[in-house]
Amino acid sequence: MEPLMAVAIGLLYATAIFMMLRRSIVKLVIGLMLLSNAANLLIFTTAGMTRGAPPLIAEGMMQPPSGVADPLPQAVVLTAIVIAFGVLAFAVVLIRRAYEVVKADDLDKMKDTDT
Amino acid sequence: MRPEVALPVLLPLLSGAISLLFWRSRPMQRFMAVAGNVALLIVSLWLFVATLSDGYVTMQMGSWPAPFGITLIADLLSAVMVLMTAIIGLAMGIYSLATTGRGHEKFGYYPLMHLLLAGVTGAFLTGDIFNLYVWFEVMLVASFALLILGGERAQMEGAIKYVTLNLLASVIFLTAVGLLYGMVGTLNMADIALRMDEAEHTGMVEVLAVMFMVAFGIKAAAFPLFFWLPASYHTPPVAVSALFAGLLTKVGVYAMFRVFTLIFDQTMGYLQDIMLWGAVFTMVTGVLGAAAQYEFRRILSFHIVSQIGYMILGLALYTPLAIAGGVFAIVHNMVVKTNLFLISGITHRLQGTYQLKKMGGLYRERPWLAVAFFISAFSLAGVPPLSGFFAKFVIVRAGLEVEAYVATGIALAVGLMTLYSMVKIWNEIFWKSLPEDNLVPETATPTGDDGRLLKPSLWMMYLPVMVLALSSLLIGVFAEPIMWVMTGIGDQLLEPHGYIEAVLGASASAEDVLLDSAVATDEEPKADAGEELP
Repeated sequence: MEPLMAVAIGLLYATAIFMMLRRSIVKLVIGLMLLSNAANLLIFTTAGMTRGAPPLIAEGMMQPPSGVADPLPQAVVLTAIVIAFGVLAFAVVLIRRAYEVVKADDLDKMKDTDT
Repeated sequence: MRPEVALPVLLPLLSGAISLLFWRSRPMQRFMAVAGNVALLIVSLWLFVATLSDGYVTMQMGSWPAPFGITLIADLLSAVMVLMTAIIGLAMGIYSLATTGRGHEKFGYYPLMHLLLAGVTGAFLTGDIFNLYVWFEVMLVASFALLILGGERAQMEGAIKYVTLNLLASVIFLTAVGLLYGMVGTLNMADIALRMDEAEHTGMVEVLAVMFMVAFGIKAAAFPLFFWLPASYHTPPVAVSALFAGLLTKVGVYAMFRVFTLIFDQTMGYLQDIMLWGAVFTMVTGVLGAAAQYEFRRILSFHIVSQIGYMILGLALYTPLAIAGGVFAIVHNMVVKTNLFLISGITHRLQGTYQLKKMGGLYRERPWLAVAFFISAFSLAGVPPLSGFFAKFVIVRAGLEVEAYVATGIALAVGLMTLYSMVKIWNEIFWKSLPEDNLVPETATPTGDDGRLLKPSLWMMYLPVMVLALSSLLIGVFAEPIMWVMTGIGDQLLEPHGYIEAVLGASASAEDVLLDSAVATDEEPKADAGEELP
């Protein structure tokens, strides 16, 4: 399972970078979305993938049996998803406003603030 | 339980929440902008004094023992950074009252300012690397919204570059955190530092170190990753520019100091050269970029980049003295750079433009403003006896001690180039007479950023400027006690076992029960061995 995930995540990163390198601001934001998803999947995978072993502690025990899934990366991924959702919602509104103000979907037309 | 560690994070959040509750009440929001930041300054002083006497102040959130819960920890570096943040925050709170247009106030300028401060202090105080990411995002989201308040074309264009590159940095940071967790299985920075020493050194450690370097390098605006900064910092209202200039890039620099002295101290030998030359090129490109500009805030933006180079140079030299100098540079830069942006706001109010060519004659009109600019600008260039001189002096001396002659020479030359830029501004704005084609707005009828008339309230703009200029002077005159604190920071950062014990020490027994006891018992002999080796 891990090698498959590794390939999928790598493809996701590659697609994201490719989209971000294009001139359209819509594609730029799509690239950002893919990138954050790729990072989330990466955290999920590097912590090890465990099937069918929830980290539950049986009654009367002090610690879970060995070999259970690690709950921490899942908490981390959940937090990261929420943050990415908020930030990307902002980015979507930003490109809409930018399109209204600049009247172009082309990053090459947004050079006024460069020197 | 040490509440002083949590309060600098909680208070701005609380002030922001109260400001939000009084969404329609402009006087209440303005009151909170000052009162909330005064309270922040008081608790920051409390934290600073506590850290000065105890060395480390820690608090485990929710009383979960150390490697499992989230730790808040203040060492001297964190406490100094939080204190500077509070000072800048208060200065901005007062200055904003005079410059922020009604339109901006209506769309939540003040709550966002508090939220930004909470993000910054949170990043300084957390002891958990994923929590650091979260605080970075809190800070970023607030800064995004502040950057586009007003919605002019230049702001939109600047914001797209700022948002994209900062999000990219965040994802690189998050990826690195994920890989780090996969390697050591913990997120607590002190615990990571311990296990990193035990982990076998594969190429993965270097890869991770470089990923952190790139992520924080983008946020700190280091060469060659700084392009978002001069493209965006001159676009928002001037109070926002000043706030960003004083705080945001320094959080990136702080994160670099923290991660590379605590977690990747083993790989520093390998990365030192890259970091050193990165710092040198940051200084040079920043100052050369500034030399080509004739817009007040763009010149200052490029100088932010240039000054970041000095801070990173302090880290790259990696001796206690150099790190002390690097932190001194951060402290000095926060004061001076904010002040220069504030002065650019006053000159804009007086003459209606940021273009140097269209300004002039202010030396005769406003001699005290000229004095404040003179102090700040010459401090930035490193002229004694101002604060910048000592920052530069310590870094240069540390550079000579480790025989990094080329980097040190370039640092000195960049100081001269900085002086050139500052003299250029001085000549254009203060000395030359006002060009005749400039339609100066009447001083008595200033307008806010949205173009509406404001009451003449120049004293609210002058007050923070004068106080900050005076503190730059005082930092220079009373450099010795400050240098004493900085030396303490340098020693603390290069002896990370103190930090590790402060976080994990109390909970070592809990670790014995829950984990195999190897980690906890190995801790102390290891630290001793580390001392004897050199």
